[in-house]
This record gives sequence, structure tokens and C-alpha cells, in this order.
Amino acid sequence: MQDYEMPPLHELSARFSGKLLLRKEIPLEETLFQQLLSLNYLTPKKAITRKNFTYQCERCGNQKHYLFANIPCGICKQRHLYCRKCIEMGRTSECEMLYYWTGPQFTWIFHENPCSWQGELTDVQQKAAQRIVTAIRNKERELLVWAVCGAGKTEMLFPGITDALQMGKRVCLATPRADVVRELQPRLQKAFSKVAIQALYGGSKDKQGTAQLIIATTHQLLRYEAAFDVMIIDEIDAFPYHADESLPFAANRATKAQCTTIYLTATPRKRHQMLINRKKLPHVFVPVRFHGQPLPVPKKTMCHSLKRDLSKNLPPAAFLKWIKVRQNPSRQLLIFVPSITLAENMKDHLYRILKLQGHFHSIEKLDSVHAADRDREQKVRAFREKEIFILITTTILERGVTFPSVDVAIFDAGHDVFDEAALVQISGRAGRSPDDPTGEVVFFHQGKTEAMIQAIDSIKKMNKRGGF
Amino acid sequence: MICLWCYREIIPEITWSNLFQLYKPKPICLDCENELELLQGERCRKCSRQTNKEICSDCLWWDDNGALDTIEFNYSLFAYNTMMQNMIAKWKYRGDYILGELFKTYMVEAFNKKFANLKKDVIAVPIPLSNARMKERGFNQANLLAEFLPVIRADILLRKDGEKQSKKNRMERILTDNPFFIQQTINKPVLLVDDIYTTGTTLRHAATLLKENGCPAVYAITLVRG
Ligand SMILES: [Zn+2]
Ligand SMILES: [Zn+2]
Ligand SMILES: [Zn+2]
Repeated sequence: MQDYEMPPLHELSARFSGKLLLRKEIPLEETLFQQLLSLNYLTPKKAITRKNFTYQCERCGNQKHYLFANIPCGICKQRHLYCRKCIEMGRTSECEMLYYWTGPQFTWIFHENPCSWQGELTDVQQKAAQRIVTAIRNKERELLVWAVCGAGKTEMLFPGITDALQMGKRVCLATPRADVVRELQPRLQKAFSKVAIQALYGGSKDKQGTAQLIIATTHQLLRYEAAFDVMIIDEIDAFPYHADESLPFAANRATKAQCTTIYLTATPRKRHQMLINRKKLPHVFVPVRFHGQPLPVPKKTMCHSLKRDLSKNLPPAAFLKWIKVRQNPSRQLLIFVPSITLAENMKDHLYRILKLQGHFHSIEKLDSVHAADRDREQKVRAFREKEIFILITTTILERGVTFPSVDVAIFDAGHDVFDEAALVQISGRAGRSPDDPTGEVVFFHQGKTEAMIQAIDSIKKMNKRGGF
Repeated sequence: MICLWCYREIIPEITWSNLFQLYKPKPICLDCENELELLQGERCRKCSRQTNKEICSDCLWWDDNGALDTIEFNYSLFAYNTMMQNMIAKWKYRGDYILGELFKTYMVEAFNKKFANLKKDVIAVPIPLSNARMKERGFNQANLLAEFLPVIRADILLRKDGEKQSKKNRMERILTDNPFFIQQTINKPVLLVDDIYTTGTTLRHAATLLKENGCPAVYAITLVRG
């Protein structure tokens, strides 16, 4: 083996520092790979370990027996386990190793002036931003930022990220939802125009994940170990993060020993609220929207024939009444429905009815979108650019996306998919712009639920805390 | 038991028939099973495609080129709907080996329905993967499907490495670019096994080779009609 075959060490170290990868994810030729192993620059560990009767996938932390299966492996010619839990990221098997970088650690850039954002924070935002900076400087372990929908969470992060980049720290902004990653990337790139940023999600163009500032779905963190000095987890209460143990497992492993983890949420789950109440989790509360106006309080509208109407893919009668008397008919309209089928099937009916009513002109477009929709990104963009006037959606648009001037209707707000957090988030889509800081939110239901009452209650409470 | 596809608990239905028989539940829940689409109704006699013609236009093309028409008929079980596409993607491309179990009872039933009369001496031959593919995936999905069948399996076909795209027309390609090779002669009828029937070219390549090496008749069973 000859040394001159080796690419510059700092290149390899930038590429692999903080990563935890299978051999097939390391695109190096075998001789070089073996050389790095013998130098102990790459260290292997078993991808799946067994202890007595328990197994563990070392990539995703899975220990559930039914999420492992046996395979007669054509590579090692033995029958052994593989993990089904994280198989979408490439299969981990018992005959395979995960590799992590133990060579010289990469020195990240100490950016002098990384932030190119020209905007200004409000006093309330400034206070929270300062708290975040302090947490990062003091290497505090955790901080939860509880900020209402529309508080301008992302901007509040800028001083903290700036500070971290000035100190040569590596920062990750993670969120459970790919839509949110796609929304955040251009905003962050604009705010930190000279900093290399990569956005990672299933199907993203960036694959390497080697930048100093990473925006990623929490799933992508399965490929990291001890990588980040600052970990920001946005929408900590969102599906699937709060329901899938492997995601907190991965997020935690992706942090360095001295890492500061910042959680962002508008609707913390019970568990976090309890930790806050017991003073086990430091937090900062931001009860006011950046434009200084209160959150729109949803109205409940009882519809006696709601289930029957929806079963025929028709909108509830009360909705057709309401749409005639909207305070500001020029606002776009977001309609949340509980299922993909309803989103798809109601589209044509609603279009026909609204056109008949004369409340809808043929130039204005109506469309529907859901998680399995291939044109999802494009439709969300078209709605933002006001090419679509009415958008029927499932809960995929409940959070993370901002449209300046919309009214919001929920059909069958009593449905199970609309839990308290979802209802608060959905209500938070209205009144986001300083030019139109209010908006109507209507829960169309056939029998109110605990979730609806709690959601309205918590919105009122936040307004009260905000001094309204 | 937990559904192999959606991980939800399967609640077995207790009926008189399964009380008295040795009841072996399928590893898939009813909701997931209902999303699979078994091919039924009028189908092409030769390739299983759903059509109201006795023989579909594709198969007529094979017919017109008699030398290429080397399989008696193909039988496919499922339509290639979204659910099946997702299942195949996870099973074959992601390598979730155990998902093959979803298809076991269907394969056995289909065999008994369509090929039982061959049982005595038919041999199941899976369509092979190239070495490179095998190294990537660790298993051959066609082998697994063949294993489910109540007949002897023989892996006598091999696939050449490094298949290349050529600019020949369909006819030339079929006549010349046979991706398979065979290591022994065979004097028994063969049931070729594969996961998807798309154009039928792959199966006919395999069948041609088998026939050149002594095989009296070649049939095919494929999980999906693409
Ligand atoms: Zn193996
Ligand atoms: Zn795993
Ligand atoms: Zn299922």
C-alpha cells in the first residue's frame, strides 16, 4: 500500500467525521477503505448485537423482536438477523458493520460574520433568542422554546446559530417532516448566504451531509454519531418523532458529549409540559406572534348532517353558508379533511357546488393535496403563489408551512386525526401576515370533542399570557 | 400475530372451519390483504393479462414469431397495483426478505389450481440474479417463490454478469442477447418462477435455453402481471 494513493486527510475527515455508515454507504475503493481501517481512522462496530435473548439494531436502536427477521444471506452464506425497522435507509444485517470516523477530527470554520439576515427581531423574539445564545455559550444540555404558531421561531434561532458558527461549531436543524426541511432550506441559505448548508431528506439532492450547517429530517440522523455541537429539533411534538423511539435515539446519538439541544414547539406534548412544570426542562416561552396580534380563536360550528354529507363527498351545509359571509372573501382558503380519500373525492364536488353558488370564478383554482400525492411540493408552491385559491388538504399541512393570508376550515374536526396539537397547529395557519394579521378558523363538527375544547382553551390561554 | 406489512395485530376470525382444522393464519391482516388485487375474470390464455380476447395482442406477436414462442403459458397471480408496487419495492429492492412470506399461500393455491396435473415430474426453476445483484441484495426473490411450491427446485440457470443495453431492435435482441446460460441438460418439464411478468422476454430467453438443452415443455408462474 502506498500513501500517495490516499486523498488529503482533511477531505476524508470532513466527509466522514460524525457519520455512522454501512460499507455500501462509503464510496471508497476497497484498498483505501482497508487502509483507513488499519490506521484506525475508521472503526467498525457490529450493526446488530445480541445479548441473551435481546437484539439491538445499532443504527436505529430497535429492540422489538417482530421488527427483526432472518435471512439466508447470499453474501455470508449464513442465516442471520436483519433489522426491518430502518430498512428504508439500506438494510443492516448481522454480518455487517457500521463504520465511524476515529481519525483526526475535522476543524470546522470559525465564521467571522456568517449571518446575512437583514431583518430585526421584536423585543419578545430578542429575549428568546438571547436565551438560546446563552444556552449554547454555556453548553447547557437542553432548552425548550415554546413559541406560538407565527412567533417567528426560525428567526429567533439566527443569533444562536450565528454564535455557534463563529465558535467553529457544527450545527444541525432537524425536524420530523420533509416539507419543513424543504421550507427551511431556502430561508436559512438566505440568512447565512456564505455558509455551506445541506438539506437532507428521503429523496433530497444533497446526499453527503458533510456541511457545517445541516438541515435534516430526524430520520436522516440515523446516519450520524457524535457529530453536532448544537442540535435544534424543530416541531418536537410532530409525528413521527414523538411516536417513533428510534428518532429521539438517533437525535441523541448524533450529538457530541458537550452538545446543546434546543427543542422548538408550539404545542408541547404532555410529557414535556410535565418536565417543564417540574422544572426538569429549562424553557423559554414566546406567547406573542411576531406581528404582535393575538392568535385567531377558532369557532365551533355544529353540523347535524356532517357525517352524511361527507360520506357522499359533499361539504357540510354550514360551510356553504359560512363561505358566503366570510369577513374577507379575498383570503385564500385552506380546508382540512380527515382522510386522503375525502381530500381526493371531494375536490370535484366542491368545485361544482361553489361554481353554481357563484362564489367561485372559473379562473380561480381549487385543488387537493395529501401525503401520497406526487405533486405535493408543486401544489404547495402553487397555493403559496396564489395560483390555487382553495386547497383541500389532510393533516400534512397542519404545520411548518406559512401562507400569508388564509381562512381555515376543518371538516369533521371531531375526527381522531385532529388531536389537540393538530387543531392548535391548524388554527395557527391563519393570520400569519402583518398585512392581514387575523383570519377565520372554523371547526365544522357533529359533536364537539375534548380535543376541540382543549385546543380552543389553550389558544385563549396563550393569548392571555401574551397580554391580550 | 402481527401483520408483516403494517405491523398491526391480526385478530384471527374464529369460524367453524378453522376450529376443526389445523388453522394457520396468513401473516397479513385483512385490511392489507384487501389492498392486493388478485387477477380474475377474462384473461389471456397465454400470459394471464386481463383482456376480453382469448389471446392478447402481445402474445399474438410472440405467436407470429414462432421460433420465439417457447413457453406453453404463463400464469400470474396479482395485478401490479400501488400496494403491490410498494410491497415489491420493499421486499426486493430494500431487501426485506421476510415479506416473501406474504405470498406463500397464494403461490401454493395458484400452483394447485393451474399446474397440479404436472406435479409428478415438473421441476421449478427460478429466474436467476446476476452475481452483482446477488451481492447487492443478499437473496433472490424468485428462489424464495420457487421454494414455496410443492415440487423439486433446481437452480440450473445462471445469469451472465454485466448486461448491456444494445441498440438492436426487439427481434434481434431476443434472438441474440440471451442473458442466461445453463450448465446441464434436462429431460423433464420445467415451471419457470419469477416475481414479475412484464414483456415476457426474460421468461422466453430462459425457456429457449431450456428447450435447446432437452426440456420437453416450459411453463411459467409469476407473482405479478406488470
Ligand atoms: Zn450475511
Ligand atoms: Zn434498525
Ligand atoms: Zn396489515
